[in-house]
Amino acid sequence: MTSQAWILLAAFLGVLFLLAWPLGRWLAAVGEGRLPRWLAPLVRLEQGFYRLAGVDAGTGMGWKQYALALIAFNVLGVVVVYALQRWQAWLPLNPQGFAAVSPDSAFNTAVSFVTNTNWQGYVGEATMSYLTQMAALAVQNFLSAATGIAVAYALIRGIAARSSTAIGNFWVDVTRITAYVLLPLSIVFALFLVSQGAIQNFDAYQDAATVEPLTYQQAKVGADGQAAQDAQGNAVLEDVTRKAQTIPMGPVASQEAIKMLGTNGGGYFNANSAFPYENPTPLADFVQMLSIFLIPAGLVFAFGRMVGDPRQGFAVLAAMTILFVAAVLIVTPLEQAGNPQLAALGVDQAVSATQSGGNMEGKETRFGIAASTLFATITTAASCGAVNGMHDSFTPLGGAVPLVMIQLGEVVFGGVGAGLYGMLIFAILAVFIAGLMIGRTPEYLGKKIEAYEMKMTSVAILVTPILVLAGTAIAVLADAGRAGIANPGAHGFSEILYAFSSAANNNGSAFAGLSANTPFYNTLLAIVMWFGRFAVIVPVLAIAGSLAAKKRLTPGAGTLPTHGPLFVVLLIGVVVLVGLLNYVPALALGPIVEHLTLAAGR
Amino acid sequence: MKAIMRPLLVSFLVLLLLTGIVYPLTVWGLARTVFPWQASGSLLTRDGRVIGSAVIGQHFSDPRHFWSRPSATGPFPYNAAASGGSNQGPLNPALIDAVKARIDALRAADPGNAAPIPVDLVTASGSGVDPHISVAAARYQARRVARSRGLTPDRVYRLIDEATEEQMFGFLGEPRVNVLRLNLGLEALRP
Repeated sequence: MTSQAWILLAAFLGVLFLLAWPLGRWLAAVGEGRLPRWLAPLVRLEQGFYRLAGVDAGTGMGWKQYALALIAFNVLGVVVVYALQRWQAWLPLNPQGFAAVSPDSAFNTAVSFVTNTNWQGYVGEATMSYLTQMAALAVQNFLSAATGIAVAYALIRGIAARSSTAIGNFWVDVTRITAYVLLPLSIVFALFLVSQGAIQNFDAYQDAATVEPLTYQQAKVGADGQAAQDAQGNAVLEDVTRKAQTIPMGPVASQEAIKMLGTNGGGYFNANSAFPYENPTPLADFVQMLSIFLIPAGLVFAFGRMVGDPRQGFAVLAAMTILFVAAVLIVTPLEQAGNPQLAALGVDQAVSATQSGGNMEGKETRFGIAASTLFATITTAASCGAVNGMHDSFTPLGGAVPLVMIQLGEVVFGGVGAGLYGMLIFAILAVFIAGLMIGRTPEYLGKKIEAYEMKMTSVAILVTPILVLAGTAIAVLADAGRAGIANPGAHGFSEILYAFSSAANNNGSAFAGLSANTPFYNTLLAIVMWFGRFAVIVPVLAIAGSLAAKKRLTPGAGTLPTHGPLFVVLLIGVVVLVGLLNYVPALALGPIVEHLTLAAGR
Repeated sequence: MKAIMRPLLVSFLVLLLLTGIVYPLTVWGLARTVFPWQASGSLLTRDGRVIGSAVIGQHFSDPRHFWSRPSATGPFPYNAAASGGSNQGPLNPALIDAVKARIDALRAADPGNAAPIPVDLVTASGSGVDPHISVAAARYQARRVARSRGLTPDRVYRLIDEATEEQMFGFLGEPRVNVLRLNLGLEALRP
């Protein structure tokens, strides 16, 4: 790694922890309903809102009630996002006159944004009206993030509670998370992004008279409206000259801010955070990377506080950080080394004072290698899925790193809320395995882990690999699945494996060469995204409910401490082992074969 | 189920209005007051006409201009209304062929230049509208531009130096040149 890449990584982690610590205090306060006095006017407004909604804020819900409210809230979200896309042609704020989105694409996108996946089969700037972007997609950026954090709160409360039947009130959680955490952070972050060059307006797309005219060839259309053919049956090309560049506009910064803070990742534009209006400068990029990890890291600190032992949070954070740093240290040198096929053509890929060098296909000049690989690792470690470079064009093993980060189950910081509850599920599995080794009933934070919890843990951990591997198998076997492949050879298999890994783990990034905006992929991936989200959340809430009802035991001499280095190693071991057992065979068919092919120079 | 209909519908509607309407309008109001130029696209004008954006790249193929990076957008390069990269994998023969063609075009426009070509000048960016090239890529093109404009190479190198954006704090981003601004500076020069 270059010294620049080391400094970037160190600065990133340093600033992250510095910001996440106070945020963790705030998240704990919001989760426990301890709001400071200066918020009193807002709290009065909040009380009025509960009266209007018929919510008894003082009453907690049992886990089944909580789960029902959560699912109903998210189903309604799918319906509304679907409807707004289908009706956008008749609704306001559509200066480009975009038509209704097709039913299968609208369904896929609705599920995608509600599940915090933000997989995108469409080209944003050529498909979605301003109203759809802000009132359908960006709204779900907030609400899916709030849903994830609410589940994390519920699980923490289940662990912290003593013989209780309630795990919190879903309506109160979602409201407070949105109003007191997500909105204020988003407003500040959005304004910062505008200062860097992100746009925020409602103008129609602008035509700029370019410095040079541009001539390109396109297929000629005959008088019958079909592509014209010459005598040999080849398509006839005609020269077209353009003197203007169409510059897209829209309310980008407001959506961009919550896209990162909520680990959503759905770009306003097709090129996502590579597009300059989303991510204009290296400083904006640095803050975007911070904003992905900010709430996930803050929640880990909040977890330590809420269970009354900050060291428990530090242990989880240590495990996450070690896995994350390891991934960065693998991917960065691989991309910096460049593409041997281009080296053979005499292209200069060496790093110097005047260029970043390396594998620059699909990457932006202003970010170079270090900021692109760091971003790629962060966005896949967290279930964000925003990209500032195209993962499909990474080197074989370089591209395998984001893929593996997704496949570990989005627990290395992970999505907002989802990363923490996912990692806590792994922590329960870790104490269970340790319990088996020493022959004691396992405990986590004073709560006995028994058969019911382990059944639910197994469901939560096994659901995603089943969805990924079964989905990949179906797509590889189906003609409609193979039709979407863009790159020949093993890389084409990687594209499909990446798509299902991303969907099931609610990441949303892609090996984007895959043509996934087809009824086949739109439907199959939507199903995978839905169950990848809620077939994990429901068992997690069940565990929360079951743990809440238990007594909290005081640790004895035989209790495995869950805050020391031993536990950190155990936790990392369990996460890596589960990931390897599930995915190594599939990885061998994709990135590993491709790497060996590239190394052999064929 | 009936009991949750009221909280469900009221919460959803209120949160939708708050995050989907009030929030973007608030950001819009603040942004156009504090950063009006950026909020409306960092647009550059010449003789009163919008000629592009300071943060969006344009296509250049005239030897008298610095060329931008290749762009994989369709159906034509630097299509800002359909952004994206090539998504070609490192082994894809189409990528290798494209790079070969780009090398040939650069060499044909500058026959005497045998220097190795900086990688960003022959690979497509992620957005397809990358406004920058590396300093190395600008310097590689300096002699061609100087010759075709009748300028001294030193004058062109100086222009590149003036247009270079350095790393922030020494580690954020990469040293780079905004191609559109560099070419506008070039056209403003008196030979």
